[in-house]
Amino acid sequence: MNTWTLKFAWRDSRGSRRRMLMYISSMVLGVAALVSINSFGDNLKQAIDAEAATLLGADLSFEGRAPFNDVIEALIDSLGGEQSRRTSFSSMAYFPLTGDVRLSTIRGHERGFPFYGEIETDPPEAASEYLTGRNALVDATLLQQFNANVGDSIRIGTVSYRIAGKLVQTPRETAAIMLFSPRIYVPLSEIDRTLLARGSRADYEVYFKFEDGRDADALVEELKTVLRANDIRTDTIKEEQEGWDRSLSNLYRFLSLAGFMALLLGSLGVASSIHVYIRQRIQTIALLRCFGAKTWDTFRVYLMQAIAMGLVGVILGSLVGLGIQALIPIVLADFLPVDVVVSISWGAIWMSSGIGMGVTILFALLPLLTVINVSPLIAFRSELGVDAKTPRNWMWWATIAMIVVGITTFAILQAPRVLVGLSYSAGLFIVFSILWGVAQLMIRILRAHTPKKLPYVWRQGIANLYRPNNQTLVMTLALGLGTFLIATMLLAQHALLQQINLATEGDRPNLVFFDIQPDQVAGVADLLEENGVPVIDNVPIITMRITGINGETIASMRADTTRRLTWAHRREYRSTYRSKLIDSEVLVEGELVESVDIETIGLIPVSVEQDVAQSLRISLGDTVTFDVQGVAIDTRISSVRTVDWQRMQTNFFFVFPKGVLEEAPQFNVVLTRTPDAKVAGRLQASMARAFPNISSIDISLVMSVFDAIFSRIAFVIQFMALFSIVTGLFVLSAAVMISRFQRLEESVLLKTLGASRSTVIKIMLTEYMVLGILAAATGLVLAIGAGWVLAEFLFEVEFVLPMQGLGVLIGLEILITMVVGLINSRGIYERSPLEVLRTEA
Amino acid sequence: MSLVLSVSNLTKIFPSGDREITVLDSVSLELMAGDTCAIVGPSGSGKTTLLGLCAGLDNATAGTVTLCGHELNGLTEDERAAVRNKHVGFIFQTFRLIPTLTALENVMVPAELRGRTDVRAEAFGMLEAVGLADRTHHYPAQLSGGEQQRVGIARAFINKPDILFADEPTGNLDDDTGSAIEDLLFDLNSTSGTTLVLVTHDLDLARRTGRVFRLKMGAVVSEASNTAGPGQGIVSELLPPTG
Ligand SMILES: Nc1ncnc2c1ncn2[C@@H]1O[C@H](COP(=O)(O)OP(=O)(O)O)[C@@H](O)[C@H]1O
Ligand SMILES: [Mg+2]
Repeated sequence: MNTWTLKFAWRDSRGSRRRMLMYISSMVLGVAALVSINSFGDNLKQAIDAEAATLLGADLSFEGRAPFNDVIEALIDSLGGEQSRRTSFSSMAYFPLTGDVRLSTIRGHERGFPFYGEIETDPPEAASEYLTGRNALVDATLLQQFNANVGDSIRIGTVSYRIAGKLVQTPRETAAIMLFSPRIYVPLSEIDRTLLARGSRADYEVYFKFEDGRDADALVEELKTVLRANDIRTDTIKEEQEGWDRSLSNLYRFLSLAGFMALLLGSLGVASSIHVYIRQRIQTIALLRCFGAKTWDTFRVYLMQAIAMGLVGVILGSLVGLGIQALIPIVLADFLPVDVVVSISWGAIWMSSGIGMGVTILFALLPLLTVINVSPLIAFRSELGVDAKTPRNWMWWATIAMIVVGITTFAILQAPRVLVGLSYSAGLFIVFSILWGVAQLMIRILRAHTPKKLPYVWRQGIANLYRPNNQTLVMTLALGLGTFLIATMLLAQHALLQQINLATEGDRPNLVFFDIQPDQVAGVADLLEENGVPVIDNVPIITMRITGINGETIASMRADTTRRLTWAHRREYRSTYRSKLIDSEVLVEGELVESVDIETIGLIPVSVEQDVAQSLRISLGDTVTFDVQGVAIDTRISSVRTVDWQRMQTNFFFVFPKGVLEEAPQFNVVLTRTPDAKVAGRLQASMARAFPNISSIDISLVMSVFDAIFSRIAFVIQFMALFSIVTGLFVLSAAVMISRFQRLEESVLLKTLGASRSTVIKIMLTEYMVLGILAAATGLVLAIGAGWVLAEFLFEVEFVLPMQGLGVLIGLEILITMVVGLINSRGIYERSPLEVLRTEA
Repeated sequence: MSLVLSVSNLTKIFPSGDREITVLDSVSLELMAGDTCAIVGPSGSGKTTLLGLCAGLDNATAGTVTLCGHELNGLTEDERAAVRNKHVGFIFQTFRLIPTLTALENVMVPAELRGRTDVRAEAFGMLEAVGLADRTHHYPAQLSGGEQQRVGIARAFINKPDILFADEPTGNLDDDTGSAIEDLLFDLNSTSGTTLVLVTHDLDLARRTGRVFRLKMGAVVSEASNTAGPGQGIVSELLPPTG
């Protein structure tokens, strides 16, 4: 490298530097996305490490699905340290003032928890004061839903509490989790014990704080066997930290891949600007050749300029990224368990800048290769007809290979697993190829089939998209990708809403009562009748566990380390008995036995769901022994069913025939259908008054929660899509800049030929509008494909286009394209022909 | 007197679709140091192609070019670039100044390409010699055509080339400016002893060179000497009288 290269590169860029800044702008946002997301990732990791202890709130926790037995109680006793217990269960929260009810997660606490960090409440002092009596801390969103206030009362079961404060942030729970089931904290000593009756689900936990610096993880390892045997799960600070680390780094890595997409588009934009820039330099390059410049010296002159552009882009991108970084915790707020303190992460900046630089230079190499193909003879030929094509030689292919390898490497590094990274980069190439293909097709079709009857202004505007050195394809790609992401989210959300409507439409049940004791069933039916709603179904539920399969006990299978037991072996099953299939089930093998006589039958024929049968490795004819609350029942698999879990039905893994479980301890679920939310609310309230132990779920409410959660996810993805859209707009700005001289010439020519200023502007607006339409159409074609796949296979609903939403999206996109185009064209179309000839020629 | 340029049986064929066009057909010529010659001929007769081949800017289909002792055919592109840088200067019809460089910087380019860094004063001297001492920091767009060509000439001479190729140097200038440029060119040539190859269809200009090669349909159809006594008559036949 000699100093001439640098010196000449600098001189050569004179007069183009402002323009080059514009070219770079398209990569700025991609770098900014990477910088901000990766910095955020580092911040997040720091926050989790710093607040690791508060994530659990203790050094160690035990958790069981039943009250701790004597063995565990003795163990807890022996462990010592500070202890605090908590019992959680679902129950109806009843607001006497308004008569509203909602199923909530009730957590009974003792003083002590959390040992680390704190429960954040409004007012703050409520966090400790509520433990002094019959007080409750209630999820802020729940209070908001029913217009309740601090100081009001709330009833859970038969116990009334004074609402002492709003829950703002609690250990182990994010805002997104709260949406599913609102939280209510009460003193453990004040909970209604009858709600914990046999059969209803509750979590029993004990939290430990060890002052003596005991290693909780080592302790867990040591106690593993006894805890396992008693179905006690444990959690430690380290486990909690690792768990959050894993899921959150997956989250931010996913975002970072989305940012990378914006970077790729931006680099593509830079490369296509450089392509035009190089074409404008061909005479200079030829001249240098004449005077004896070596091939690679001229190449390096422009490589230097590209590197300088990349550097400026990376610096600008980092600065913008630092700004955006502050936004990300806000965008993701609902998914984060800790407050993330925004701070500069040099590691993230270096890495993102390196990636930004690498990708930009790799893409820039493609047009730069043109330089080595410029013949010095061109200096003797007039500018017209100068055509220096980028050679498709080994260097070109090597560059392409480097780009592919680079992208794949990045994807693998960012993805949690190699395979995910590979599929991401494969997916990326597929999406890009399809986008590219569709964009190319649209552009060609429009060119070939521009209607001849269109007014002149239109035809000229469309023709302008095909001027030499046009950037139409790259712009269509960038804007199209953004449209694709946003529209796909729109379509997915629409499909979800449809699924929600489907779930509760017609005469399907939309209100479910559960935890009904057998002796309450008649009373519940009466209450429903009084309110004029039907009992659509009354389903008995019996909880049980598997103790043996084909004569071998689970305990012995557990002892055999070569056998891998799954969740299916360990879990508690809630089964029912009935004589026929329901409409969410399909029999695939065997026969459903209607009823049996328990005295004579021996092995009881049961029906099993297909997936769980696979997990248990059982099939037709195998025997399974259940422990039904202390009684062993031997069964034989007599049929296998598939179950459509998406249907809002009471679905079961195991279905028993009638005549076996009728006398077992059980509770019932009653399904009904209410005409509207008001009746549903009233009914739930009267049920809560009459039977405090009975819980209810309004299915439309559950569905709207799904919708709310999905909206938040869609919001995050659409936020990322914005990077692509804005990148596309920057490419557009650069493209207008590049074609500035051509546009000037065109407008001068048109004006000389007598076109009015407004005609010239109309032509330009048509050009930008058609570009917007092209991009929107490209993104839409892909989004509709993706939306169809989602509707058909994920949501299983009929695919319908949400015309209104898409219309607004496309309208906005076209409008923005026109506005950005117009802003960048300032000054081009105002100038008088003479003035132009004097200054720009 | 040493041989500067020797061209023998030079042939250039361009593929044109599925046909081939023979632009140069077995052209031979030799120029000694200090010679001045003009290549004349109608548009499209292959003048620029011949010049390009002589200067090592392109590869011949057949035949050889030897430039200042270097047989160009056997050299790589970069080796030929080095030969050009050491021995050759160029002047173009459309001036070909680099628009982003000042007049002074334009003149410096060939010298800097030699790896020299201390050329500012020398370049200034050249601009002085062509009468542009007060325009050194102007950009090409700020100069008239004649001034731009003066810069072009200064640039062509800065490396003290052994041979100078000029393709229609006055083709884009009005008559008065053109003849001033011609005077400058011949003055500098005679003081520096450079071999001068002029491509032109301006017969007045051709008349001022020592030898004239007339190209037609890719072949040198006649060669005449303007200085040698006996040749005078041939040239008179070749070129219509001026006036
Ligand atoms: N790269 C090329 N490919 C094909 N034909 C060419 C090429 N360069 C020049 N020609 C043809 O060669 C002929 C001679 O061109 P040129 O040397 O420029 O003539 P002149 O300079 O005498 O006007 C012309 O017919 C031209 O079209
Ligand atoms: Mg010519």
